[in-house]
Parts: sequence; structure tokens; C-alpha cells
Amino acid sequence: MATEHSRTAARLMVSPAVILLFLWMIVPLAMTVYFSFLRYNLLNPGMESWAGFSNYTYFLKQAAFWDALWNTLTLVVGVLIITVVGGIALALLLDQPFFGQGIVRVMVIAPFFVMPTVSALVWKNMFMNPVNGMFAHIAKFFGLQPFDFLSHAPLASIIVIVAWSWLPFATLILLTALQSLDREQMEAAEMDGANWINRFIYLTLPHLTRSITVVILIQTIFLLSVFAEILVTTNGGPGTASTNLPYLVYAQSLLNFDVGGGSAGGIIAVILANIVAIFLMRMIGKNLEA
Amino acid sequence: MGQITLSSVTKVFGDVTVIPPLDLTINDGEFVVFVGPSGCGKSTLLRLIAGLEDTSSGKILIDGQDATDAAPAKRGLAMVFQSYALYPHMSVRKNIAFPLKMAGASVEEQNRKVENAARILNLSSYLERRPGQLSGGQRQRVAIGRAIVREPAAFLFDEPLSNLDAALRVTMRQEISELHQNLKTTMIYVTHDQVEAMTMADKIVVLNAGRIEQVGSPLELYRNPQNLFVAGFIGSPKMNFITGAEAAKHDCATLGVRPEHLDVVEGGPWQGVVGIAEHLGSDTFLRVHVEGIGDLTVRVSGEMGLHHGDRVSLAPQAGKLYRFDANGKAIA
Repeated sequence: MATEHSRTAARLMVSPAVILLFLWMIVPLAMTVYFSFLRYNLLNPGMESWAGFSNYTYFLKQAAFWDALWNTLTLVVGVLIITVVGGIALALLLDQPFFGQGIVRVMVIAPFFVMPTVSALVWKNMFMNPVNGMFAHIAKFFGLQPFDFLSHAPLASIIVIVAWSWLPFATLILLTALQSLDREQMEAAEMDGANWINRFIYLTLPHLTRSITVVILIQTIFLLSVFAEILVTTNGGPGTASTNLPYLVYAQSLLNFDVGGGSAGGIIAVILANIVAIFLMRMIGKNLEA
Repeated sequence: MGQITLSSVTKVFGDVTVIPPLDLTINDGEFVVFVGPSGCGKSTLLRLIAGLEDTSSGKILIDGQDATDAAPAKRGLAMVFQSYALYPHMSVRKNIAFPLKMAGASVEEQNRKVENAARILNLSSYLERRPGQLSGGQRQRVAIGRAIVREPAAFLFDEPLSNLDAALRVTMRQEISELHQNLKTTMIYVTHDQVEAMTMADKIVVLNAGRIEQVGSPLELYRNPQNLFVAGFIGSPKMNFITGAEAAKHDCATLGVRPEHLDVVEGGPWQGVVGIAEHLGSDTFLRVHVEGIGDLTVRVSGEMGLHHGDRVSLAPQAGKLYRFDANGKAIA
């Protein structure tokens, strides 16, 4: 793609795909922006009228918004901490040579293939259920009172469920990074008198920073929009204890039939996600530069 | 001090014996080169001394202390790796200071020693750079610097020059030799390049399939190779080996003659046709097809106007013929 001619041809060739992608993004976004300025309720169809910024002020002023914002951030940060720390630990373990390595590696990635609704239901009914769940049985075995996770610690429970499905992703990325760590560097550090803790701190962790950055960026994008796990377990409750922004938008538009308010919430969520993205790129994006 | 003694050291990987029982003494302050073809176990031997591999049996003594089971860091040895193994995310200063930091040295001491090492190695203006911003030779020096600051009993070099281009290799070779003259520390150097071995070593250890073929000073090995392997390995271009009827005339199974010990003369005993002539200016290498003997390499000093297809006759210099028996042992 060196000459002017080939560059023009290349632009021409990719333009259909680029235009399609652009429309794909801009049409729903533009319609959401449009709806967010309408008084648009599904119970009164055909009665739409201009609402100005009232949808936004209404959405921002409700107490649930700040709860949802806080829950969203807690969920993202909580899952990130568990997956990154757990991912590093698992990757270090899986990097050791042992019998049945291949099969274990396949099994470790398995949770990632379980769809969110299914994994949340399994956790809800088979593990966390206070009567039939495994944790309840274990508690009873030790003579303890079973704990009703989803009622008394709803957000923490959801964090555990989501972290469970994302842990394999982090593990896999970090494992591949570990495998590319130069063996001679490790040996040099060993000769230099570094014990395994120092080797981990001064060699392994710096080597992993780029992969950890990738894990954090990719997971943040997906974790900001966690929805299915909440819908099938707690429905955002009790109260708003486990409502995050996507769930609040859903509740606003489809449980309260307020499309205008939901759209306004959606736009606010988009803006917040962008703020988070900019913040993240500022903070850790420099790790991605070679 | 840096005397290293290996007694009956062996190394076995699974069913494969890489190093059969091996004894070797390296004296304090010596520059010892392990040389041999790839796969001969020379790197493994170095790693055994470094402690990066466990010995299967036998003892390693460093300054009389049994170090067979000591951790690498406790042996007081420093190693320079083939890939340099610099820590890519640390500056040159931090790379060199790393062993000091691990040993718990104070910041002032670290700085003093790092700057001293940097001065010796001409790295002072690069201290704040990352390894990725350095050239191959500079990286090599950083790796050496990281070894120097530990003030080790002995330096171990694992093919340190093989990633450098030819010109730089010659320079670094001289720098390492000079470093040895200045520090007077024991150095063990592994290479497959016999030129490096000849130019740098006080003592060369020629290895083949894990066994020591011969130990001696470079010129000893050049003058009196004990067997065919050493004879063929030491010296460049390689020694010519003649078998068959011509060897039988000299009462041996194989007759060896070095290219520099063959003269192009009128009426020599061996007649042949020049196949290739390589003109280097200082020397001319001829590849001569000799009837009844095969190809012989001849090294002629200076420029020689011979070309492909010319007929020449060759004569070996008196007393410069090497004779080997059927087992490849030299006949005195």
C-alpha cells in the first residue's frame, strides 16, 4: 500500500464495511438521543411530546441512580480485583509442569463458555440457595445457620458469579504472557540472588503488566454492562442493593414503561462509560506502548 | 579466590547421559574456555557449575568448599548469558544494581559500584536507558557489568558473543580479554568458535559428547593434539586428514597436515588441480584436488596468482605431519 493509487483503491475497498459499521453504531445512538428528549411512555403510545432535559433531570435525581452508579463501580472493581489476582495465581500454577496439564487447561477455560444466564442460575439454585444449595449443606454439616447469599449479600454474590465466569479469560491471557517470559532472565535473577518473591515482583509482574492492562480494559468494557446475572438472580434487589446502571435503564424503560427516561439513562451510561474509558487509558494505557 | 574443582561430575537427562563422569580443575585467575561442537555438553557443564542444573552425581568444589547442592546465588559466581538476559523494564543502572539490591546493599554502595562498573565498561552515558534502546555490544557490556558488581569468585560466560556481528565480536573479544587482565578473576567461557577459544584462553578444554578430549594451552593443543577430534577442531582452516595408501606410507591410519604446513613447490610429492582459490589479501586459501588423496586445503601467505584449474604440486613441511592410529589417537 505504498503508492497514492493503491492507497486510494484501499480506501475505496474498505469504505462499504466502514460505512456499514458507522451506521450500525450511529443509528441506534441517534435514536436513543432522540427518544431521551421525548415524553415517551409505552402505556400512552402515540402521545409523544418534546420533554427537553426533564428525562435527564428525573433520571439523575432519583435515589436509585446513585445507588446504581455505586453498584456498577463496585461490581467492576470487585470482579477486576478477583479476576486479576486469581488469574495471576492460577496462571502461575498452570505454568508449572504437571501431569494432565493439557486437560486441566481446557477445564480451566470451561466457565467462560457457560452463558451468563445459565451460570447465574446454577450459582443461584445449586450453590447459594439457602435450602438446597451446596453452601447451605456445607454450613449445615458444620452445624451453622445457612446464609442466604442473594438476600443478604446480593452484590457480593453477583460479584462472585461474574468473577467466576471471567476468571478463565484473565487466566488464559496471563498464562500465555507467562509462557513468553524469557527463561534466561529468570536464571539470571536466580544467580543474582533473587528469591522467588523478588523474582515475582521484579520480573514476572513487570512482564505481565501489558497483559494485565489488556485484561482490565477488556473486562471493564464488558463488566460495565453486566445484566443477565442480575436479572436471573436478584432482579436488582433487595431494593436497589444489586441494581447497576444497565439494570436501572432496563427497569426504567421496560418495567416502568418509560422509554424516554430509559433512553436518557442509556445516554448517561454511555457518557459514564466513556469517562471510565478515558480515565483507564490515562492511567494504564501507556503500558500498551512498546 | 576462584578455584573450581569438578570431581566425577555427571549429568543425566532421563535415559540420556549428557556428561559421563568428568574431572576438571580450574585454577584461580585462569581464563578457561570450554569449546566443542554444538550439543557436546559444554553449556550443560557451565550450568552445572553455575548451579542452574543439578548434578546427577559427583562433587563440585569452589575454593575447596563443597558447592554441589548450594543454590546458584550462594556460589559466588556470576554468569553472562547468550541472550544477555537483561531485565527489559529496568534501566541500565537498575539492571547493574539488581544483584546488589538483592544482596541488600545500601543505595550509596549500589551507586558507587554501578558507576565504577559503568566506567570500566564505557557505559556511563547510557545508565538511564532501557536495554531495548541499546545496541548488541552495549547490551553485552551491561550484562558483564551486572556480573562485575557482584565481585564474584568466577565469571561464567555462555556463548556471549554469538549474537553479535563479526566485527563487534572481535572488539568484544578483546574487551573481555582485557577485562580479565585487569580483574584477574577466574573466567569460564563457553563457545563453539575455536577462534575465540584460541585467542582468549589460558587453558582450553575441548569437549566432545560430554567427554573431555584434551586440556591445555591454545598452542599446546595446536602443536600436540592428542587425537583426531582435537586436531580437526583446533586450527582454522581445519587440518587436512589423509587416509588410505598415502597414510600407510607413514605407518599410520590417518595422516594429518595443517593447511599452513603445506607449501606450493616445484616437484612436490603431491600433484593436484586447484578447485577454489580464496584470495583474502593477507592469505590465499587453495582447495586442491590431489590424485589418490582427495581434497587438501592449503594456506599460502600473501597474494598468489593461482586460479581454478591450475596444476600445482604440494609438499608438507618437514616435521609438521601428524600421525594418528586406527582409534584416532595421536602417534608420538
